[in-house]
Amino acid sequence: MTDFEVPVLSVKNLNKQYGPGCLKCRGGESSSLVKNYCQVCGTVYACRNVSFDVFPGEVLGIVGESGSGKSTLMQCLYFDQEVTSGEAYVSDYENGEKNLFQESSQQQRYIRNHIMGKVYQNPLLGLRMNFSSIGNIAEKLIAAGNNHVGMMESRGTELLNKVHIPVHRRKEAPKNFSGGMQQRVQIAKALSNHPPLLLLDEVTTGLDLSVQASVLDLIKSLQRELGISIVLVSHDLGVIRMLADRTLVMLEGKVIEQGLTDQILEDPQQPYTQQLVHSLL
Amino acid sequence: MNTTYNFAFFDEGSKREIRRATLKAIAIPGYQVPFASREMPIGRGWGTGGLQLTLSLIGMKDVLKVIDQGSDESVNAVNIKKLVSNTTGVEVTEHTSKATLIQSRHRIPEVPLTKEQILVLQVPLPEPLRYYEPSETETKKLHAEKEYSGAWLMLFEQIMKYGGMATGADHPVLVHDRYVMAPSPIPRFDNPKMNANEALILLGAGREKKVYAVPPYTKVVSLDFEDYLFQAEIFADKHCRICGQTDVFLDELVDELTDETVYQCNDTSNCLEKLNSVGVK
Ligand SMILES: Nc1ncnc2c1ncn2[C@@H]1O[C@H](COP(=O)(O)OP(=O)(O)OP(=O)(O)O)[C@@H](O)[C@H]1O
Ligand SMILES: [Mg+2]
Ligand SMILES: [Zn+2]
Repeated sequence: MTDFEVPVLSVKNLNKQYGPGCLKCRGGESSSLVKNYCQVCGTVYACRNVSFDVFPGEVLGIVGESGSGKSTLMQCLYFDQEVTSGEAYVSDYENGEKNLFQESSQQQRYIRNHIMGKVYQNPLLGLRMNFSSIGNIAEKLIAAGNNHVGMMESRGTELLNKVHIPVHRRKEAPKNFSGGMQQRVQIAKALSNHPPLLLLDEVTTGLDLSVQASVLDLIKSLQRELGISIVLVSHDLGVIRMLADRTLVMLEGKVIEQGLTDQILEDPQQPYTQQLVHSLL
Repeated sequence: MNTTYNFAFFDEGSKREIRRATLKAIAIPGYQVPFASREMPIGRGWGTGGLQLTLSLIGMKDVLKVIDQGSDESVNAVNIKKLVSNTTGVEVTEHTSKATLIQSRHRIPEVPLTKEQILVLQVPLPEPLRYYEPSETETKKLHAEKEYSGAWLMLFEQIMKYGGMATGADHPVLVHDRYVMAPSPIPRFDNPKMNANEALILLGAGREKKVYAVPPYTKVVSLDFEDYLFQAEIFADKHCRICGQTDVFLDELVDELTDETVYQCNDTSNCLEKLNSVGVK
């Protein structure tokens, strides 16, 4: 990675609060806050001035304790949630010159359908459980402008094959699948439109260890093969260690530390990170 | 004529409110306009949406025809006709060409409509995306953003399941290149009749409290794929056993005496007219 490289995704001062805020907590920096929660009005400052870049072909890991705002960040980047303030730029959209959060919801849909793929922590949010698995993949292809059934069926089959879903089960609905299989269908769906940017939110959480390992292997090999950039959220440092080139550590909605993954694991600076790293050893 | 009721059953204010919604529907072809669906002396789901449109529009000089699945004599059609003629005294007819106002369930008449006529279709489920997206708030957004992947996805699923588009009726259409619309449960055979029709076509859903419209000469295209084109039912080599017509929608029946499959016109008044004009053999 050089200084000249243009980031695929650049996020600047992203803020997301749940709740209106009050005079006591305004700005999310006050003594009425317990962690990132206002005791007076109940507002949660889920993301506070989050900034980072993701470079081509890079896997950026995000770790942090439960409730630190990781999923909220991912939802904002995929436009599932509206940000309170902040900017995001994607090099594949308008030369990276337009703040995505200022675009119309129709444009945001376009960006999501053509430039991004996402795997949700909860497969219920990422899949239509009653539609066929291949239909779930076709949904994203149709949204990206495809209108040829034969082409979509063969692309879907190829992708399901890649994530090791047996071809003869492609017309089955994900509701019949195990958790690991559902995550793999989500991955296939997310990859279907060749997105330069993939957002993965706790892809392996809740899966048993052997399935976890196979999903992680899959992501690793797909990433190498396709050269996509990935933002990978996990509260599990083991997953981060295995996949991420660089890592951000989040606490109470803020990025408290960032750097090369090896560096963070070997020489954590912040007390929270130190605790996290020690618990891994 | 029963004069204990106001002309056409409703008070003038109610009729005006329905007509106002109808005007809006005509101004935005294919867009579902909410209206305050009224209590009726027939149960919701039995054509109350269509009936309210008919009652709001009918004038003393109108000639009314009511059909239910191609038949002027079904119990439903007869009851609706009775209610309207009892409270208005207007003339009723079975001849499509003589009617100025035609209320229909599940069919568009075979006789081409003219610009002097209004066709009112009864609609059970106005939302073409409902199976794909259960939430009304969400489907509203999808329409607003012209995001119709879901409509094509439902057709894709049918192709995966049955090897072809299996919509027996209510095959979705794109109106005026803008809104995807449920044409009501008319057979696919009738879909092309909606395109550039000379008559005003109004659709009313009583239970769901929606009206929508296809104004005269509006472009109406049935959804399909590049490699799975929309096709109306084809009755190749078949003809009506009564009147002999070939290019009409035929019902398939089993002759109880001979156990043979036979075909006859679904549009019974058209069948009779044909028979009369040819002269009984
Ligand atoms: N829709 C919502 N409405 C209100 N508060 C929310 C909402 N979603 C998340 N929050 C709050 O925002 C904070 C951050 O939640 P988030 O889901 O982003 O955490 P996370 O880092 O992904 O946690 P986990 O590791 O458990 O998945 C939490 O305090 C949560 O209660
Ligand atoms: Mg989370
Ligand atoms: Zn507050």
